[in-house]
Amino acid sequence: MLLNQFLLLSAVLFAIGVYGVLARRNGVLVLMSIELILNAVNLNLVAFGAFRETVGGEVFALFVIAVAAAEVGVGLAMVLLLYRNRRSIDLTQIDQLRG
Amino acid sequence: MTELLTIAASTDGGGLALGITEGGNWFLRNVWLIPLLPALSFVGILFFGKRMPRGGSELGVATLGIAFLLAVVTGVAWVDHRDDYHGEEVHRAVVVHDAHADAHADDHGVGHGHPSLAVHRTATWFQTNGVEFTVGTLVDGPAVMMLLVVTLVSLLVHVYSTDYVHGDRRYTHFFAFLSLFSASMLLLVVSENTLQLLCAWELVGVCSFVLIGHWWEEKPNSDAALKAFLTNRVGDMGLLVGVTVLFFAVGSALPDRFGSFSIAETNALASSGALPHTTLLIASCCLMAAVMSKSGQFFLHTWLPDAMAGPTPVSALIHAATMVVAGVFMIARMYGVFFEGFQIGGSSINLMAFIGGLTTIVGACLAFVQRDIKKVLAYSTISQLGYMVMALGVGAWTAAMFHLFTHAFFKACLFLGSGSVSHAVHSFDMKSDMGGLRKHMPHTYRTFMIGTVALAGLPPLAGFWSKDEILVGTGGWGLLGGTGGNGAYTLMLGMGMLTAALTAAYMTRCVYLTFFGEFRGHGQPHESGPRITVPLWILAGLAVVAGFVNLPKGFQMAPGSLQERFGHFVEPVAGYFPAISHGTPSWSLAVVSTLVVVGGIAAAGWYYFVKVEAASKVAGTSLTELPDGPTTKYPLARMGHTLLANKYYLDHLYNEVVVDGTKGPVARFAYRINQQVIDRTVDLVGETAVKAGVVVYEKVDQLVVDGAVNASGSASSATGEELRKINSGKVQSYAAILFAAATVLAGVLIVIV
Repeated sequence: MLLNQFLLLSAVLFAIGVYGVLARRNGVLVLMSIELILNAVNLNLVAFGAFRETVGGEVFALFVIAVAAAEVGVGLAMVLLLYRNRRSIDLTQIDQLRG
Repeated sequence: MTELLTIAASTDGGGLALGITEGGNWFLRNVWLIPLLPALSFVGILFFGKRMPRGGSELGVATLGIAFLLAVVTGVAWVDHRDDYHGEEVHRAVVVHDAHADAHADDHGVGHGHPSLAVHRTATWFQTNGVEFTVGTLVDGPAVMMLLVVTLVSLLVHVYSTDYVHGDRRYTHFFAFLSLFSASMLLLVVSENTLQLLCAWELVGVCSFVLIGHWWEEKPNSDAALKAFLTNRVGDMGLLVGVTVLFFAVGSALPDRFGSFSIAETNALASSGALPHTTLLIASCCLMAAVMSKSGQFFLHTWLPDAMAGPTPVSALIHAATMVVAGVFMIARMYGVFFEGFQIGGSSINLMAFIGGLTTIVGACLAFVQRDIKKVLAYSTISQLGYMVMALGVGAWTAAMFHLFTHAFFKACLFLGSGSVSHAVHSFDMKSDMGGLRKHMPHTYRTFMIGTVALAGLPPLAGFWSKDEILVGTGGWGLLGGTGGNGAYTLMLGMGMLTAALTAAYMTRCVYLTFFGEFRGHGQPHESGPRITVPLWILAGLAVVAGFVNLPKGFQMAPGSLQERFGHFVEPVAGYFPAISHGTPSWSLAVVSTLVVVGGIAAAGWYYFVKVEAASKVAGTSLTELPDGPTTKYPLARMGHTLLANKYYLDHLYNEVVVDGTKGPVARFAYRINQQVIDRTVDLVGETAVKAGVVVYEKVDQLVVDGAVNASGSASSATGEELRKINSGKVQSYAAILFAAATVLAGVLIVIV
C-alpha cells in the first residue's frame, strides 16, 4: 500500500488549513480552515490504520469527526453572536483577548 | 482469615464447634434489612422530610412498621429454624492447637440438647496488613428477641411522638434521629463482631446525645445531653480496651491468626478454657465499665436521671428498648467471656452481681425522694437494670433476658403514660402540678396502673414472672425444693427481695401523687388523643401477657408445652455460649416474693392512702406528705432523706472532688511547666534568633537575597516589555505563535528521536 500519497495529501491539506487560519480575515472561513486541518489529521489516522491493519485509526477518526462537529457548532454560534453584536466577522477587528 | 476457619463436623474433636451455620431461612440470613430500613428513613427524613406533608414522620412510622413486620417474620423463621433446622449439619469451627481446649471441646460443643445453630453471615469490611475485618449478622435467640422488642417499642414511640412533639420547631429533625437511634440499636443487636458492636454502641451514644439535647436552647437540657455523652465516654473507653484485649487474646490462642473480633469465636474460646483466666478477668472488668455507664449502673448512673431533660418519647425509647439495655445485651452477647472471667458458675460474689445488686437498691431508694414523675421512672429503670445485671452476674442469663423483655413493655408503657400526664398538665412535677388525675385521664390512669402493677411484680402480670425467675436464678432459696442454678448467691437473693419491696412502695407513692388526691395544678387537665392512648393500651396489654411466654418449668397450671418457651427459643445452645445451669422454681419463693411486694404496697399505701389522705382532709388541701412525717420526727430519717435528696452526693463527688481536684493541681503543674520550662526555652530561642537575625540581615539578606530579587525583578520587567508586543489581542497572531511553537517542537522531536 502506498502510504506516502496519503501522507502527502494530508500534509498539503494541513498546510492549506494552517494558511487559511492565519491569513483569512473572515471568521467562517477560519472555521472552515480548521475543519481542513482536522480532516487532514483524520486522513492521517485512517491511512495509518489501514496501513497497520488495525481499526484504531478509523475509531479515532470517528471520534475526531464527532468532536469537529461539536466544535463547528460552537464556533458558528460564536461567529453568529459576533456578527449580531458588531455587524462584522472580520477577525482583525476583534482584539478583545488582549489582557 | 476465613480460610483459616476450617469446616469441621461438630463431632470432630480437633476443632472447637462454634454452633453457627451459614445456611438457614432467607429472613434469617438477610436480617441486615431490619437496621437498614430505619437508617434509610434517617437519610430520607433528613433530606426530604421538610417537604413531606407530615414533616417526615410518616416515613419514620412506615419504615419502622415494615421493620417490625420483618422482625415478626424473622421471629417466626427463627422458631422454625430452632426446632426443625436439619439442613446443614456441618458448621464452622475454630481449630485450636491446644490440648487443654481439645479436652473441653466435647463438653462445650453442642453437647447439651438440640443445638440452636445461630445464623451467621459476614462480608469483608476492610482489609489491612493481611487481617480482614468483617461486618455481618449473627442471628440467634437473643438477637431475634431484641429485634422484636426494639422495632415494636420504637414503632409505638414513633406513633406516639407524632402527637407528643406536634408543632415542635425541629419536628423533622426529631424524627430523623429517632429513626437513626432505632437503626443503631438494631445494628447493635445483630452485630457479628465486637468491632461492629462498638460502632453501633457509639452511634447509640451519639443519637442519645442529640435527642436528650433536643431542646438545647435551655441550658439544663444541653448540659444533660453533654453529661450523658461524657459519662458514656468513660465507659466506652472500657469497651474499647476490653474489645482490644479480647482481639489479641483470641489471636494468641489461635496460632494461625493475628486476632479476631468475632463474637462467636471469642465466646467459644473463652468457654473452652483456651483463653487465660487473667486476660478474661481484665477484659470482663473493662467491658463491665462500659456496661456501668451505658446501662446506668452504680456509680456511673448519674447521667440517666438527667437524661430526662429530653422529650418523653425519647426517654421511653432510651429506657425500654435502646441505649440502656445495650449494656445488658452486650453482657448477654459476650456471656462466654463474662462467665469465665468472673467465674459466675462458682457461686462467689463477683463484680457484676455485686454492682447489679447494689444498683437495684441504690436506684430504688433514690426513686422515693423524687418530685419529678419521670425521674421516679428513671431511677426505677436504674434499679431494674441492676436487677438484670445482677441476674447475669449470678448466671441467670435467661431470667435477665426475660426481664429485659418484659421490662421493655411495662417501662415504655409507664414512660409514655408519664408523657401523656405531662401533656395534660404541662409539667413533670408530681407534688405541685398533679394529683387526682384518675378522673381526668381514665386511659392514662388505667394503663399506668397496669404498668405499675407489672413493674411491682404482682402475679400474673409480666414483671412477676421475670422477677421471680431472677430470684430463682440467684440460687439462694433453699426452702421446699427450690435450688439454685449456678451457685448459691444468698446475698443477691436478699438484695432482690429488698428491691421488690422498695419498687412496690415507690410506685405506690408515684401513683398516689399523680392520680389520687385532689388536682393541685392549674387549668383543666384532659385526656390525650388516640395517637397517645393507643400505644399506651398496646404496651399495657403486652405488660399483662408478656410474662406468659416463659412460664416456669413445673408450673402445674399450664401444659408442659407452654413452659419455658422463651428460654427454649432465646437461650443459645451452642459452642459460643457457656453451659449454664438453671435453678428450679419453687412455689414457696414465688409466694414469699409476692408477699414482700404486697408488704411494700401496703406500707406505702398506708402512709399515702390513709395517713396523708386523712391529713389532707384536716388541712383542707391535697397534701403530698405528712406535715409531721418521719423525716421531721427522727434525725436518722432526716439524714437519710438528705442523703437521698442529694443523690448520695455523687454529682458533688464528681464535680467538686474529682473534677476540681484534678483541675487545680493539673492547672498549677501546667502553669509551672509553662513558666519555667516552656517560657524559658522560648525566651532563649527568641534571643538567639534575634542575634542570628541581625547577622543574617546584614550579610545574607542585603547582599545576596536583595541582589537576586532586584535582578530577577528587572529581568522580568524587561521580558514583560518584550512580551507585551505579542499580546495584541488578535486571534490570528496567537494562532500563528501557536503553530510556530508547534513547528519548533515537532522539529525538536524529530531531531531528538
